[in-house]
Amino acid sequence: MIENLIIYFLIPFIKIGAIVLILSGAIAYLTLLERKLIAHIQVRLGPMRVGWHGLLQPIADGLKFVLKEDIVPSKADALIFTLAPMISLIPAFVVFSVVPFGPPGMFEGLLRGILSRFLESASVERIVSNPIASGGFVTDINIAVLFVLSVSSVGILGVILGGWASNSKYPLLGALRSSAQMVSYEVAMGFAIISVLLYAGSLSLVEIVQQQQAGGWWYFFIQPVAFFLLLVCGMAETNRLPFDLPEAETELVGGFHTEYSGFRFSLFFLAEYANMITVSALAVTLFWGGWLPPFPNVPWLGFLGIIPPVAWFLIKVFLILYLFIWVRGTLPRFRFDQLMNYGWKVFLPIALGHVILYAAILAI
Amino acid sequence: MLASYIPILIFIVIALSLPIVGLAVGWLVRPSKPNATKLMPYECGVDPESDSRDRFSVRFYIIAILFVVFDVETIFLFPWAIIYNQLPIFLFIEMVVFLGILIVGYFYVWKKGALEWV
Repeated sequence: MIENLIIYFLIPFIKIGAIVLILSGAIAYLTLLERKLIAHIQVRLGPMRVGWHGLLQPIADGLKFVLKEDIVPSKADALIFTLAPMISLIPAFVVFSVVPFGPPGMFEGLLRGILSRFLESASVERIVSNPIASGGFVTDINIAVLFVLSVSSVGILGVILGGWASNSKYPLLGALRSSAQMVSYEVAMGFAIISVLLYAGSLSLVEIVQQQQAGGWWYFFIQPVAFFLLLVCGMAETNRLPFDLPEAETELVGGFHTEYSGFRFSLFFLAEYANMITVSALAVTLFWGGWLPPFPNVPWLGFLGIIPPVAWFLIKVFLILYLFIWVRGTLPRFRFDQLMNYGWKVFLPIALGHVILYAAILAI
Repeated sequence: MLASYIPILIFIVIALSLPIVGLAVGWLVRPSKPNATKLMPYECGVDPESDSRDRFSVRFYIIAILFVVFDVETIFLFPWAIIYNQLPIFLFIEMVVFLGILIVGYFYVWKKGALEWV
């Protein structure tokens, strides 16, 4: 009984607390990183006043979000207007309950050291041998990929509801655009993920990484096209430039969050950055071998094992986030008809053909 | 196995508490001085003429219907992909038939102009 409580409540609670704290900090500093990088790409300095090179800027921003007046427009649906930003933020966090950041058995030694002071050795062994307790992930479910896809789709509802509840023209147009856009790119994203599943033969993200370890190759080297598809569709799903039509400033003022201010606006803002991290983590897990070093089975590269698995995971996620910002600083925004054309007439056929091609290769 | 979903529930509760606590704290400390002009829907400074929930382009509905069709197809492919390694040849032929019907429909939709935006 006590063992089960520890396995399924206490240890996940601690892990989740740590993840939520780290994720919030990462989101806050991702906004600063983006502002600094974009500034330097455009030969400016970016935030310099608050702290050394603007290092305290995210904290100042956060304080200001809380202290600003929060307006609910008179014609808006007040309840949905408040719920919408939460609906778009929460899924972005919850996805991390199945994303592995370290190998199974990662906390085995640590757990054994702490628990053996309080419990008998038999029950300590029972706890430590359970992958949910000792693994470098919150939980490992056998439908993790489907879970990620479905939960992250819930985030779209927040955007649509927010635009609808505002009862104002620009937000409504932004919400319509974003629903059409996210829906169009989700199909191609699904096909890109299916071609990974052909090789992995499992929906569990932990097992997908273990398959890459067993094969010795990250799936990126086997299916670079699928990685590219996932990345582009991820940019479209998270409304990042060059796909930021839902909030195109020059056409729609602020898009779906035009009427939002203060803390409710900050929730939408956080959700966008949280979704960026989610997409990067998913891409790393599916294609870049999650916590694995490059070429895990090549003997003379064994020295790369000095860097701990979690660090590998974080480095790779950071690289993809950097790519996201770099793309934003480089490419102009698409027109809406171009965007829909790319989604339905370019990416969908490529993704479909990719699945058939790799299925044929496997069948031979 | 069902027990491995308990951490997800805990995660949802914790994630839910974040914005609620933030909103509550904000509600205590932020100013609130509404007036009629401030609460008006934003329309570049012009008084709104009509209700914003007006008719909009039918293309959004077409895209939604196409999405439902294609996304259901993807869902069918997930279990197929998982067991693919066990019966490659049979499953490949089966999938080509299944996707063949989808592709015929796809080109029909394309030729009919449902994918054209302008």
